[in-house]
Amino acid sequence: MQTKGKTFRYGNNVDTDVIIPARYLNTADAKELSLHCMEDIDKEFVKKVEPGDVVVAGWNFGCGSSREHAPLVLKTCGVGCIIAKSFARIFYRNAINIGLPILECEEAAEEIKAGDTVTVDFDTGEIVNGRTGKSYRAQPFPEFIQDIIRAGGLLAAIGGEENA
Amino acid sequence: MGMTMTQKILAAHAGLDTVTVGQLIRAKIDMVLGNDITTPVAVQEFEKAGFDKVYDKEKVAIVLDHFVPNKDIKAAEQSKVCRTFACGHSISHFYDVGKMGIEHALLPEQGVVTAGDCIIGADSHTCTYGALGAFSTGVGSTDMAAGMATGMAWFKVPSAIQFRLTGKLRENCSGKDVILSIIGQIGVDGALYKSMEFVGEGVKNLSMDDRLCICNMAVEAGAKNGIFPVDETTMAYMKGRTERQPVIFAADEDAEYEQVIHINLSDIVPTVSCPHLPENTRNADTLGDVKIDQVVIGSCTNGRMEDMEAAYRVLAGKKVKDGVRCIIIPATMQIYRECVQRGYVTAFIDAGAVVSTPTCGPCLGGYMGILAAGEKCIATTNRNFVGRMGHTDSEVYLASPYTAAASAIRGYITAYKEA
Repeated sequence: MQTKGKTFRYGNNVDTDVIIPARYLNTADAKELSLHCMEDIDKEFVKKVEPGDVVVAGWNFGCGSSREHAPLVLKTCGVGCIIAKSFARIFYRNAINIGLPILECEEAAEEIKAGDTVTVDFDTGEIVNGRTGKSYRAQPFPEFIQDIIRAGGLLAAIGGEENA
Repeated sequence: MGMTMTQKILAAHAGLDTVTVGQLIRAKIDMVLGNDITTPVAVQEFEKAGFDKVYDKEKVAIVLDHFVPNKDIKAAEQSKVCRTFACGHSISHFYDVGKMGIEHALLPEQGVVTAGDCIIGADSHTCTYGALGAFSTGVGSTDMAAGMATGMAWFKVPSAIQFRLTGKLRENCSGKDVILSIIGQIGVDGALYKSMEFVGEGVKNLSMDDRLCICNMAVEAGAKNGIFPVDETTMAYMKGRTERQPVIFAADEDAEYEQVIHINLSDIVPTVSCPHLPENTRNADTLGDVKIDQVVIGSCTNGRMEDMEAAYRVLAGKKVKDGVRCIIIPATMQIYRECVQRGYVTAFIDAGAVVSTPTCGPCLGGYMGILAAGEKCIATTNRNFVGRMGHTDSEVYLASPYTAAASAIRGYITAYKEA
């Protein structure tokens, strides 16, 4: 599995309140919620994001609330992958559980600039920056988590197990 | 090698003699929790995956607390989804308006969670119940759905930071000042993926409400969970409340910790987290020139009885400064009732404050006290991110009930000094 797209770049501690502000959480409709994705720190994001695009960020991406709406709106907007120096643990878990690819790679997160076009291979963890030609290797997922992703999310994985 | 308290609870729930850091396990859960924001998404996933019954109706808690009494039509629809699901599956622990409270104040109070439990909740502050000596952590809605369907959850066994507490808090300090100081020291990702285990002779000097507040904000340091050992205070609190028999776990003497941090409670001062991260802590006394527009005393962090007592102690017989809106939100109906009975509500109203029924409301910018551009609020809540309580150009300062109430009277941020 691969994604290729342009990058949006943010700093450290991007929290779930800016990914999807709680004032909109009176609905669970992902399409409606996605219209407000990132709006408190980047009003242009929703206008510019296209399927396959990549979000690059610093430490502790997705900190704060457990709202699954956060990875869900990013996925619904078309984000193909998030690369960060580190992820907050509930966001990390939620992204895996809903099938949004995320990779931890400090060097890539440091060097990739906003607007660069990158190609990400989830199977190998390889990230290639089209502008510089530089290639990075992210930490691959443990097998247990790869199984969840391969199944298409946690509930699909559980269903598969129970029907096996 | 020995195990930490958290690791021992996880091992027991995974049916293993021992677990090691980084190990991926599947563990039985004693309680799975959701609220009016996260449950509708879990219900969607639960039904989409084709499940038609919950694993155990006694082990699910659904609490309507974020936007209730319903703030608008959409919120009403979300509550309805929760209500329909809870009734349809005969969920034992379903709390609607009239019975509800803020989930993390309510479940310990009602004895729904107990020592030795393994608990997941689709709310990040689920880590609160570590105060009872349980393993308890926040997850998302899909995990909630999976937990309701199977009674199991997957975990990566965490390493731990040990906090060795000594001494005793000053009169104008509380658990909130302790946890804010710690977050200021280690940062918002200082305990990322780890347990925060609190031990030492200072523990006995912390009340249950202090411990619940400290564990509540473990997630603001990135932690997977916070946990206290079970002692006489815990046993006294649980007595007559818990529905299930508490199970006491203790860390092995040779357990390994990534780091040991010593905290003398006597050194803790009234502490405030400045915008826009909980780690931006300052001594409250250094912020005397910050003029405030609003005060919020409540939330899953500080809406408990001792917090109401602190607010009463400061506000009784005094007046909230003109131009300051002071909003007080007891966290559960039982606390609310007690505030009425003890005359606190009258005293708060006489002081010029308003008292709301339990709700998360303003803490997450839902309703009941939203900030306009340029406004500043001192709140006993848990997050001060950009736009958390309203406009993106507003500011939230996090503090204890003592500091928040004292600031309400002065109109500027100030620590409480007894008259």
